[in-house]
Amino acid sequence: MWIFFHKLASPPHFYALAARLVPWLAAAAALLIGYGTWAGLFVAPPDYQQGDAFRIIYVHVPAAYLSMMAYMVMAVAAGIGLIWRMKLAHAVAAGAAPVGAWFTFLALATGSIWGRPMWGTWWEWGDPRLTSELILLFLYFGYMALRASIDDPGRADRASAVLAMVGAVNVPIIHFSVEWWSSLHQGPTLVRRDGPAIEAAMLYPLLAMIIGFTLLFAALLLSRVRAEVLFRERRARWVARLVRNEGGSA
Amino acid sequence: MTPDLPPLPPLPRLRDGLLAVLRRDLLLAMQRPGDVLNPLFFFAVVSTLFPLAIGPDAELLRAIGPGVVWVAALLAALLSLHSVFLGDFEDGSLEQLLLSAQPLPLIVLAKTAAHWLLSGLPLVIVSPVIALSYDLAPASLVAMPVTLALGTASLSLIGVVAAALTVGLNRGNALLGLLVLPLAMPVLIFGARTVSLAASGDGIAAGVYFLGAYCMLAVTLAPFATAAALRISNE
Repeated sequence: MWIFFHKLASPPHFYALAARLVPWLAAAAALLIGYGTWAGLFVAPPDYQQGDAFRIIYVHVPAAYLSMMAYMVMAVAAGIGLIWRMKLAHAVAAGAAPVGAWFTFLALATGSIWGRPMWGTWWEWGDPRLTSELILLFLYFGYMALRASIDDPGRADRASAVLAMVGAVNVPIIHFSVEWWSSLHQGPTLVRRDGPAIEAAMLYPLLAMIIGFTLLFAALLLSRVRAEVLFRERRARWVARLVRNEGGSA
Repeated sequence: MTPDLPPLPPLPRLRDGLLAVLRRDLLLAMQRPGDVLNPLFFFAVVSTLFPLAIGPDAELLRAIGPGVVWVAALLAALLSLHSVFLGDFEDGSLEQLLLSAQPLPLIVLAKTAAHWLLSGLPLVIVSPVIALSYDLAPASLVAMPVTLALGTASLSLIGVVAAALTVGLNRGNALLGLLVLPLAMPVLIFGARTVSLAASGDGIAAGVYFLGAYCMLAVTLAPFATAAALRISNE
């Protein structure tokens, strides 16, 4: 068991392992997202209140879920890197940030597009979820900006790790304070998702999309971390050997 | 039998280190009073901008007053953050502090306290006057300084973490706002809301409790994060 972890932490091993995993993850993600898209658009019945507009949840919900998930992955990886000085963990944190930021952006964009027919505005400050997603996006920006502005890679890793952990403590506080703020303000919002249980024909595509998006996230993350590892280890001997071999076979 | 050794000099107490750093920072600031007054002027000027931009509609100004004063205070406190470690970093005394036998989180706490006394406290004292200029209800003249005291203290504590992360970076100043402001959102939300509630005659206890709890959490965790960040920035 421990040998497995030790091997995982070694860059060349991880590089090879990730290379084998990525196609499988990507294929499974494509399959699930393909099914979810088709079933979500054509099989699921229109909502009795929202009509066809509800179908955007098939993108919105997985994106919103992954925007939080990616931050957690980033913060946990950053913590592991900081505590055990594990370089691979820092590479994972560095790779998770842009992917998470894109998912956050996607969740915001789809939420806003959905809000146009439902609320009549592109943006509703009274909706706590949308507002806290926006703050989450700023947290991602801050993390990436800090990382980009430090030239020394070791310092960049550890400084941004501290920031990620401070942010992780704050994310739940921000989320709940935004929620209380709007409940102080105007009572429950228009959208209540804890309404009647969702119908199976609507639910299965959603589940497929959530799992598919998660696999997509894993595939994207692993590809990014591979690139990151390759860049960081560019002076290492195994990379030189890799380049020579691939150059020979091509 | 052990030979008679001369007695060791007594170790400095924790409190001595804390007070020494605090005293030093305050003395340094007193030699350049401009640095202390700048955030205060900034606070006053920003609060003046809004009525000029929006127009002298008393009803509207009363409604936006709590939020405007809070945002102005946040920005003013942010203004002085990047200099918390800058002077010490440039003349090398920061490295001496890092080498000190005193626990670094405690030293950091003293520096944070000095920052708050110099940048937060003046805002707290002036805020009722600004609130008056927005014609806020008498109850919010009390709520304003109380919430600002807790809020600016939390902001100093969080902000110093970011200041420690960016110390010595060329582009540190603009970055600081991007790092600190999203983290300060809960403080802003509860601070400004509580003042608004007070203005409309509601109780302020819930908001003040929340700000107090947030401040306690920040006092407990932030000095350790700052200490870790300082060590990372100075190796």
